Order: sequence, then C-alpha cells, then structure tokens
Amino acid sequence: MSGPDFLVHDAADSVGVVVVEGVSEGATLTGLVMETGAEIKMTALAAIPLGHKIALQDFDGGETVLKYGHDIGKIIAAAKAGDHIHVHNMKTKRW
Amino acid sequence: MTALADREFSGYRRENGRVGIRNHVVILPLDDLSNAACEKVANNIDGCLALPHHYGRLQFGADLDLHFRTLIGTGKNPNVAACIVIGIEPGWTKRVVDGIAATGKPVAGFAIEGNGEIKAVADASRKAQEYSQWASELQRQPCKVSDLWVSTKCGESDTTSGLASCPTVGNLIDKVDPLGATTCFGETSELTGAEQVCAARAVNEDIGKKFLKTWQAYMDEVIEPHKTSDLSESQPTKGNIAGGLTTIEEKAFGNLQKIGKKTSFIDVLEPAEEPSAGAGLYFMDTSSAAAECVTLQAAAGFVVHLFPTGQGNIIGNPIEPVIKLTANPKTAREMPEHIDLDCSGILAGTMTLDQAGDALIDIMIRTCNGRLTAAESLKHREFVMTKLYRSA
Repeated sequence: MSGPDFLVHDAADSVGVVVVEGVSEGATLTGLVMETGAEIKMTALAAIPLGHKIALQDFDGGETVLKYGHDIGKIIAAAKAGDHIHVHNMKTKRW
Repeated sequence: MTALADREFSGYRRENGRVGIRNHVVILPLDDLSNAACEKVANNIDGCLALPHHYGRLQFGADLDLHFRTLIGTGKNPNVAACIVIGIEPGWTKRVVDGIAATGKPVAGFAIEGNGEIKAVADASRKAQEYSQWASELQRQPCKVSDLWVSTKCGESDTTSGLASCPTVGNLIDKVDPLGATTCFGETSELTGAEQVCAARAVNEDIGKKFLKTWQAYMDEVIEPHKTSDLSESQPTKGNIAGGLTTIEEKAFGNLQKIGKKTSFIDVLEPAEEPSAGAGLYFMDTSSAAAECVTLQAAAGFVVHLFPTGQGNIIGNPIEPVIKLTANPKTAREMPEHIDLDCSGILAGTMTLDQAGDALIDIMIRTCNGRLTAAESLKHREFVMTKLYRSA
C-alpha cells in the first residue's frame, strides 16, 4: 500500500500538507486526517511542492486558515479547494 | 528489551554529581581579545578545545550578567572535564574562574595584561597539559536516563517539522519526562501565534503567566522597537517559506509539537539560567536563531541536544552534541551527512510516531555513550553568545 499524498492535522483544518514529491496540476490526491484516520480525495489545481499546503475548501478572501485546529493566518486572495495555499494568497495576522 | 527507566549509558559523573557525555578540556576566552591566546593553547596541547567568541568588553547591566552567566555556565557544563579561562585582565577572569570552581572541577585563570600573550600562553599551556592528561584517565560509568539533561530546538523548519520531526522529539519528551529527565525548550519569538496554547501547557497558572510575561516582554522590548514593516522574511525565514511554511503562527504550532502531548513545563528560565526546580521540562527565554539558542541551553547545563530540521539546518555546538533529525525525505536524501535520524517514514506511512520516538531515544543513548553526531563529525562548533544590546 502506498502512503498518503497529503496529511491533515485536525478534522477542523481548512488546509492539508502535501507529503510527496512531484504533485502536478490535475493530480488526484489521497489525504489522511491524522486526528481521525479519515481518508479524503482532492484534485490538485496547481503543482504543489512537497511540504506545501493544499486548500481543502473554497476561500473568497479574508477567511481564517485553520491548521492543527488553530488559527494560522488569513486568506488574502481567493482560492478554490485543491489550490496551492502559500504566501501569494495567505498572510500572518501578527506582523 | 530493557525498560527505558533501567536503560543505562556510560557517562562521566562529575564532582558535583551531574553527568556529562563528553570529556572536554575547554580553553575559554573571557573576551574577544583573548581568543588568539586560547587558540594557541588549544593548538599546543592535544585534547583541548578553544571556544572563541566576539564579546566581553564594555558590556554592562543585564547584558554583562548574561555574558558572565553564559561563560560560567559553559565551563560548568558536565561535558567539560576541566577549564582554563584566559582574559585580558585578571579581575573579570577570576570572576569566571570562581563561578566555574563552584562545581568542584579543575579550573584556572590566566591574564594577559602584565604578562604579555606569549607568557600567558606558555603558563596556560602547562596547566592545560596537566588537565588534558588528567581528563584522559577519567572513566565512563553506568548512568540512567534520569541523569540526562536534554535540550531541544528546531531549525530551517518546514511543514514536515510540524507533521513528524518535532512530534518525534515530543514523543521522546513524553517518554523521558516521567523517568526524571531534565529537559528544555526555548525560542520565545517562534511561539508567536501559539503562545496561549503554550501557556496552557504550564504546570500551573502562575508558571503559565510567567511564560506569557516573558513572551510579551520579547515582543515589547525586542520585536516592536526594531521591526520595520513586518517580520515576514525573518519569521518565517526564506528557508521556512521554501519548505511551505507561510506564517509565524503556522511555524509556532509546528515548533510546539516538540514538547509532546502530555508533558507540562515546570518553570521559565532566563537565558542561560540553570534549572533549579528539579527534574522536568523547562521553557527558556531564547532567540530562535539556532546557534544562539543552543549555546544558551548548553550554558544552562544541558548535555545533549535534539534538533529537528526540515530544509536542513546544519548547526552543531562545541560542548553539547547536537542530534539532527528530519522528516523531509528530500533533505534526508540530499544532505545525509548532516542527519542522524531520518524519520520521513512517518509521512510515508511506513513508521509510526511511537517507533520514531523510540528510534530517537536509541540514537540519543548511543550519542551519550560516545557516538559522534553528524555535526560533531563535521566539526560544527557554533558557539554564539547572545547580546542583549550595544556595549557602553
């Protein structure tokens, strides 16, 4: 059995983390929610490098991003479920 | 298999009862001016280690106190068998010597003023030879996990750090804490965003408040007066961002995984302050820069360090062996000479967190027995004093 393509810390999280190399646009990905063991499927809407985040839901902009079940920042540009989430569409609330 | 509580390693039991895992004779400069003399002594006598650094002149107040605490603590560390201090003048040199002497270990000071460097080096070399030959006959003895002081700090983190390598350290902390190990985490600024969650991990409300006061002071006194627009290129670092970390909050929650799921911290330490509340987990107020943080933890008496990295921070410390682990398969593949434990199997689903924690315990015990870490074998000896503000 092959391992998951992305991991999600907490069931409430709105992003997951790609844990394999070479994810390209259009790839079908299998994710594992570490808290519950649940499996979820996503289609990557962009190439997403190892360690980078994938949106698990659509964002309009302004939403709080949840990871580890906690607030890790806000969305600053709209993104769809499956999009790459990083500094181009997300920012800290701290500084 | 031997239960962890009964598992033994061979360490050096020092005069004050503390246990070291290395047996250095350190040649310690009081100040920047004395680096050259210390390096000459270490070059003359085998088995000696000079620790050059940049400071020690015209410091004052809390910054001077920290300078002395760091130097004295470095000499006191149980990984140091004996110490020679060389300073430009005798007064402050003696202050460091007296501080180290409290442990009962051999220590002597030499001043350059009134002698010249060549005579100071000759005198110090004779003493260094005596110490080095004496230390070479010290024998390792059976010691327990409860004798260990273990520090941790992560660096060049990425999202794999929060997913697996930091939780692996956390798994170890949760296993050694009930056995009476003394452990330490720090990185004040890198808990930003997770500070309330961290405070809730204190053993009681008072210690939680003490932590929050320390965190707030760092924000008010260090970050706020000096930041320009924001810290988005320093926290997270360029390396963090390349590894997929987007914000300080995200980095902070990953960082905090290092203290496990169950262990509470029992006190908050000043930089380089030796724990005094007994065995348990301590938070230390430190910079999040790797070498500064590990130098402070070593000066507080910690003898072995656990360092999760994502993108591949390569730090070592001259007196406290730094064990490096990564869960990033690319880093493990591209930088194997820096990695002591590859726990990327957690991400691939081929290794459980519990197995990774046990593997880290195993490599820690082997390191305590004398195995050179990757950083030691590459001669990484980053010794970086923390400076609180400009000198007078």
